[in-house]
Amino acid sequence: MSAETVEKAIAKKPAEALLSKRRKKLISDPLVDDNPVTIQVLGICSALAVTTQMKPTLVMAIAVIFVIVMSNFVISLMRNTVPGRVRIIVQLAVVATLVTLVNELLKAFAFDMYKELSVFVGLIITNCIVMGRLEAFAMGNKPYDSVLDGFGSALGYSWIILAVAFFRELFGSGSLFGLPIYDYISGLFGPDFTLATNGLMVSPVGAFMILGIIIWVQRTKTGYVEH
Amino acid sequence: MQQSNTYIITFSVILTVVLGLLLSGTSQVLGPKQKEAMALDNKKQILGALIPGEEIAVMTPEEVNSYYESRVSTIVVDINGKEVKERDGVAVTAETVDIAKNYKKPKEERLFPVYIYHAEGNPEDVANYVLPLYGAGLWNAIWGYIALDTDMNTVGGITLAHAGETPGLGARITEQEVQSRYVGKEIYDESGNLVAVEMQKGEGYDYSGSPHKVDGMSGATITAKGVNNMLENYLGYYQAYIETKKSSTTVAVL
Repeated sequence: MSAETVEKAIAKKPAEALLSKRRKKLISDPLVDDNPVTIQVLGICSALAVTTQMKPTLVMAIAVIFVIVMSNFVISLMRNTVPGRVRIIVQLAVVATLVTLVNELLKAFAFDMYKELSVFVGLIITNCIVMGRLEAFAMGNKPYDSVLDGFGSALGYSWIILAVAFFRELFGSGSLFGLPIYDYISGLFGPDFTLATNGLMVSPVGAFMILGIIIWVQRTKTGYVEH
Repeated sequence: MQQSNTYIITFSVILTVVLGLLLSGTSQVLGPKQKEAMALDNKKQILGALIPGEEIAVMTPEEVNSYYESRVSTIVVDINGKEVKERDGVAVTAETVDIAKNYKKPKEERLFPVYIYHAEGNPEDVANYVLPLYGAGLWNAIWGYIALDTDMNTVGGITLAHAGETPGLGARITEQEVQSRYVGKEIYDESGNLVAVEMQKGEGYDYSGSPHKVDGMSGATITAKGVNNMLENYLGYYQAYIETKKSSTTVAVL
């Protein structure tokens, strides 16, 4: 395409390092300072829905990383050919295709996970982080940078939902990754010592509370205020 | 940059074709693998009504398949409890009966598979009869398998599954702890009427004295109702078959 030749003409200056300071910032910024969940408050829906246990949350995080990175890459490759008037539909089509791929792969190779997650995996399409990164970054940047940006945002999302899931599974079900932690603790202190699980943590309300606390702690530390 | 309508339409058509090909290709390639996974999952559910879930969890797919093959044989019956070997010239086996599809037909036309759990290699030495279940929960379909002891009255075990019940509430029907509440319950009352087993409203009560009641799930009354209806319906559909088996065991005892 003609667009590529234009870019080559501009890129005469020495090539930027594979992980230059600017590029590292693309990955590290969304982790804390510009976190998609806690600062931009995107992707809350799935952060509440899937985080009752660590294992499905981890699979969800991997699926989201895959979808965001791949869609950023694909859209960035086509960014100069995508007609401006239908760009949102084009982005949606690409994201939906990738999500369907993930779902089909889970169905073939991890059927138990598919049963548990297929509803939520379908909802990745509506995850605002995906479309947000496509519109805000991939439509105007080169593929490699877009991949880094998508990876950063996805990691920012992943560590938050994993942190929420950690507390929800620990307090709600007394286990981590299915390991009965509460039983181990009770075992240490003898048969009369039992820990009660908190049913509130299993319901979405628990996720709201933990997410709120994470945002509170984070904003106290960084001093971020919404304008 | 404003593109012409022709460009936009061409772009959209090409994009649609490319993505469409990609998706249909994937589904073609993964199709057999997915079918295998579904069949395996189904076997796991059937076995789940018979042996503890932890035992199934540690089995490899091959072990599940060989265990199922050596211990479970199947027949298909109709609403009158008569065995069906073929329908419309096509051979009928339990594996080819789609319970969800049959659910939509009038019950007189439906096919009802029965899974017979027996001693290894000996289909005569029956331990349990496993019947499938299918119905509606709160949001979407629920299904499962119930194992009856040879007296055709005592529940040997049950597995329940769902497509979209609320996690932490209705979705708890998949938990071992909830399913174990059914073990040892009875589906016939003292005067010989089929009454099935009913999950009660509220949780934390002791129903060990009542053979037709199990403790409920707090916050999931509608799912529990769905499970109750499903059990009542399907035990009703199989009633003719159950009674033939029942009378034959009574004769054997006499």
